[in-house]
Amino acid sequence: MTKIRVEKLTKIFGPHPEQGLRMLDEGKSNAEIRETGQAVGIADVSFEVQEGEFLVVMGLSGSGKSTLIRCLNRLNEPTRGHIFIDGDDITRFDREHLLKLRQTKISMVFQHFALFPHRTVVDNAAYGLEIQGIDPDERRRRANEALELVGLKGWADAYPGQLSGGMQQRVGLARALAVEPDILLMDEAFSALDPLIRRDMQHEMMQLQQRVKKTIVFITHDLDEALQVGDRIVLMKDGRVVQIGTPEDILNNPANAYVERFVENVDMSRVLTAQSVLQRARVLAFPNDGPRTVLRKMADENYASLLVVNRDYTLIGSISAEAASQAVKDGVETIGALVEETPSVPPTEPLMSVIGILADWRWLLPVIDENNKVLGVVTRAAVLTALAENNDTSVSDAERSDAA
Amino acid sequence: MIPSIPKFPLAHGIDVALDWLTQHFSWLTQALSHAISAVIDAIVSGLLFVPPWLLILIVAAVGWRVAGRRVGILTLAGLLFLWNLRLWQPTVETFTLVLISTLIAVAIGLPLGIAAALSKRTSRIVMPVLDFMQTMPAFVYLIPAIPFFGLGAVSASVATVIFSTPPTIRLTALGIRQVPADLIEAADAFGSTRKQKLFKVQLPMAVPTIMAGVNQTIMLALSMVVIAAMIGAGGLGGEVWQAIQRLEPGKGFESGIAIVILAMILDRITQRVGRSSKVASAH
Repeated sequence: MTKIRVEKLTKIFGPHPEQGLRMLDEGKSNAEIRETGQAVGIADVSFEVQEGEFLVVMGLSGSGKSTLIRCLNRLNEPTRGHIFIDGDDITRFDREHLLKLRQTKISMVFQHFALFPHRTVVDNAAYGLEIQGIDPDERRRRANEALELVGLKGWADAYPGQLSGGMQQRVGLARALAVEPDILLMDEAFSALDPLIRRDMQHEMMQLQQRVKKTIVFITHDLDEALQVGDRIVLMKDGRVVQIGTPEDILNNPANAYVERFVENVDMSRVLTAQSVLQRARVLAFPNDGPRTVLRKMADENYASLLVVNRDYTLIGSISAEAASQAVKDGVETIGALVEETPSVPPTEPLMSVIGILADWRWLLPVIDENNKVLGVVTRAAVLTALAENNDTSVSDAERSDAA
Repeated sequence: MIPSIPKFPLAHGIDVALDWLTQHFSWLTQALSHAISAVIDAIVSGLLFVPPWLLILIVAAVGWRVAGRRVGILTLAGLLFLWNLRLWQPTVETFTLVLISTLIAVAIGLPLGIAAALSKRTSRIVMPVLDFMQTMPAFVYLIPAIPFFGLGAVSASVATVIFSTPPTIRLTALGIRQVPADLIEAADAFGSTRKQKLFKVQLPMAVPTIMAGVNQTIMLALSMVVIAAMIGAGGLGGEVWQAIQRLEPGKGFESGIAIVILAMILDRITQRVGRSSKVASAH
């Protein structure tokens, strides 16, 4: 179900926004518009967010992502375009409806936490409830629940100044969750934290999302972060949307040179999964195959080992060429007794850990589904090729085929 | 010869205007004068009714509680010294005048400061008026105050209010404008109304700055007491004024030092009010 639909949203800053709009429609560049004293925040941005989706809006500073997220709760008043939330066009809301929307449906987490230093942690978390006029006992109870959810039980009566950055942002998160909103806007929420804590927070945020199932719009300038947390990514540049897609879409099919340049520095081993280097297992062995049959199958496909499966393609293990040759010499009838135990991975396994497994396992690595059924294999060669290609997107295809 | 240009009748104009105001509004100002004077008298006699040693102990205890042991001891020693100099009654009179003037100044200054912080237009009108109020020599206010409010403490407190209100207005406005933009944004993002934003975020965050303004107001009010003595306000200023007229430097110094001691006590105590540790340590 569509939770948020943004339609041709435009925000022009400056004393005469209508002039900026006209120039925009005439196809003038941002720089030309800036000469007239107007600035393009965002231009004709359209996208949808599904209920329960974790959408990341990503771009460098000045790309308009902060403007965009502030339009969603009208902290920035859009100049043109529409925002539908649950089908209602909030750009038409009067002040009363707008306040109600902010109080109950959308809440926000800020880059620099924006906690109220004169209030205790629990009073910070309860701020939104207080604004709604909920009575003190009830709001304290709900604020404490939210604090517990973010792992800050027992800190209720501290002041924000006494907490570390990571803990302060947990308070910010609790304040946003306490009002039980449908939508969470997170503006560079983890950017001010140091890298280790940031990674922890990303991880916890994803776990938290499993439980609370909010619709999240998350802003970041960090592509690694975007790829890590996002179900889908909206990539922005100069106030316009450059590409919308899943992390893998964006990495594998960059829409243009800008996206390509952006993604070329990504650590691919953390982003790609076993799925992206999966090959069909062209031949498989069965437990009652004879050793000669197995050796011929290997020779046909130039493999040094084969996966052994049952008739329903569930994995048993593998057999190596050495073991099969020995069996031929020993006159063994079937390979059933010679099957070796084999490591396996699910298709969602990050390439990073696949590399780790392949360091110790020389043969075909099976990729299996939750029923132990073989979906395909991963080879060392395939992993290396994938990493080499993706880390080198600026190399043209011609050069690549020359090298090959 | 330069042709003589007739003098612009500024003085005459103001005199006429004040005469008119005196004629038509003196009933109001006189009534106000009686009321304020009754309040001042009541407070003074109330404070004098309490035995000095008891009052000194109470004030010292307040100083201790609010601002720590050092200030408590300073207050105790200072006030005992004033009592010993036989200046207890003028000290109480001066304190009362400062108290009343400060209360009125804050009652006027706080709302004006808030208005100036929240509205650019109000700010553009108020700020030049404040410059005018502060740079005009304070004596000048005394002259029209007399026809309106008569000789004595009421005129003195009116002149004192005019002279001492600007810091409260300025620092209230400053304190509210200094609240970080991201906190205002957070308040807005949770759907706060303007009133909720003012009372739950802006004013609480501005308290230390506002209190610095109130502290300045008190100091300015105290500096007016000597001048106000010229129109019969009495108190420590009256003692100084008498010493000047009789050429008694010793007595003049005694009263002068008494004013300094009172100023230090009021300053140290009010500096601490509102600067609660939690706000100072955060952000």
